[in-house]
Amino acid sequence: MFCISTEAARPFGKAALSFEFEGEPVAAFEGQTVAQALVAANRGACRTMPVSGSARAPYCLMGVCFDCLVTIDGRQNQQACLAPVRADMRVTMQRGERLLDIDIDDEKEVRHD
Amino acid sequence: MIEDAITARYDTLIVGAGPAGLTAAASLAEKGLRVAVIDEQVAPGGQIYRAVGASPLPERSILGDDYWHGETLVRRFARSGATLLAQTTVWQVDRLEQDGLRVAVSCAGETRLLFASQLLLATGAQERPVPVPGWTRPGVMTVGAAQVLLKTTGAVPQSATVLAGCGPLLWLYAAQVLRAGGRIDALLDTTPRLQKRSAARHLFDFLRSDYLLKGLSLMAEVRRGVKVIAGVASFAATGGVDGPATAVEYTLQDRTRGHLPVDTLLIHQGVVPNVNLSNALGCTHEWNERQCCWQPVVDEWLQSSHADVFIAGDGCGIGGARAAEAQGELAALQIAHRAGGCSAAQRDAAAGDVRRALTRALRGRAFFETLYRPSDAMRIPAGDTLVCRCEEVSAQQVVDAARVGCSGPNQLKAFLRCGMGPCQGRLCGITVGELLARENGLAMHEVGYYTLRFPTKPLSLAEIAALPSTEAGERAVVTA
Repeated sequence: MFCISTEAARPFGKAALSFEFEGEPVAAFEGQTVAQALVAANRGACRTMPVSGSARAPYCLMGVCFDCLVTIDGRQNQQACLAPVRADMRVTMQRGERLLDIDIDDEKEVRHD
Repeated sequence: MIEDAITARYDTLIVGAGPAGLTAAASLAEKGLRVAVIDEQVAPGGQIYRAVGASPLPERSILGDDYWHGETLVRRFARSGATLLAQTTVWQVDRLEQDGLRVAVSCAGETRLLFASQLLLATGAQERPVPVPGWTRPGVMTVGAAQVLLKTTGAVPQSATVLAGCGPLLWLYAAQVLRAGGRIDALLDTTPRLQKRSAARHLFDFLRSDYLLKGLSLMAEVRRGVKVIAGVASFAATGGVDGPATAVEYTLQDRTRGHLPVDTLLIHQGVVPNVNLSNALGCTHEWNERQCCWQPVVDEWLQSSHADVFIAGDGCGIGGARAAEAQGELAALQIAHRAGGCSAAQRDAAAGDVRRALTRALRGRAFFETLYRPSDAMRIPAGDTLVCRCEEVSAQQVVDAARVGCSGPNQLKAFLRCGMGPCQGRLCGITVGELLARENGLAMHEVGYYTLRFPTKPLSLAEIAALPSTEAGERAVVTA
């Protein structure tokens, strides 16, 4: 479990904000990436794998491993470690492979094989 | 910020805003060349100087003087007039038939084409894969990832945490966590004991280097606050089926076993060059046996096998941040010379001091490269242990493929999809090569590496569709 070190860190000179992950608020501050905020908030898994369905959490935080793929404001397959947090962004887990959206307005989705 | 950049061609494009890229960019801009640095992160510094201009840690002793040296580089870069294209990913580079290169980038979902006559890849290092049982479980991260979290967010582990692996970063991060008031229950050191003997022949240079005192005081500092378990032969992250890691189980070289409960297991086996762009560009690479990694072949000016492509910093062979800085400067001198910005005499005169700095920065590294060379057990897994994290391919599957005649990493893609997931081999390429080499009784240069193709990062169809597809279209975009 990671915590902001209260002895050492003063990140709160930066604007505090909140975004949504899986329908629940996550506290963050400006300048963080989504993956950093999720790890610092101990949110655990952020995606499931297309092959086995097993859960994954951010692993490298440097843009290399792609284990932090999430859906951000409807855009699938986003690397959470490269996406800066924004207030009110809606983040959900990337579940399995990405789905091909035919018509988002009608909420019709077709499984991409 | 890309909007105004697009209408211009650059003399030089640089990929990566770490020590090599920042130094080269500043040096070239100071010589009057038009230069832009492309980087995926929000701010310059690379991974080593991550968030150096916006640190949440006011107490400078936590990260140490070596980290804060990055401020000097960022300041010089900011003054130089070079452009930074932040939060921008390079996904394709084409060497055009007429002179020059075309670089396709993506920024916030939008694609652009940039043009330059010369290219410097300063893409740095990535952490070596650590294919141990359970390394894909939530709760297992790299030490480098945890250090990024400290640099950017000021967060440190506060519950049951174990560090496992080998290499200088393990000790540096442990010391930084202690200074920041965090918790580390144990450090499992997998450094093979026998290597102390073979490292000893490099001792003379190490004793004369800056690394000796730093290394000794760092290790002493960590030992005062953390239980160090040496001689670890192997370890695994364990827990429920597909669940988060709840314990680390380890076996010592004398076969003694132990286990520790964990919420967080941080693993590390050194760093390797990030070769995806240089490989996709077709630059010649060679296997570095001491560092167990592929690296592009460059000359004394950091020029690759393509005359217009330079590669400086850890991306051309692991040498550390100070060496990267010197290499960035040397590459800039040759790039400027080729662009007509300085004579051969001016270039050579300026290079003298830089080469001396490079020699000083590299002195002593042979000692700890030999000492901290990851053991075979840590590099070459067996059984069910996953090798390819993306496509979830196990070591046994790779071995079985080799036994039915799979000859190399590229054929293995067809057998198992190994290396074909979104990370494009970054976290399995070296492991797969070493498994195939051992199974087929071949040397690494005979096995080779994945032939990587552009795009080097996944793209959406919309991003590709947004690109101009004809010469006329490209001209329209470039002159718009």
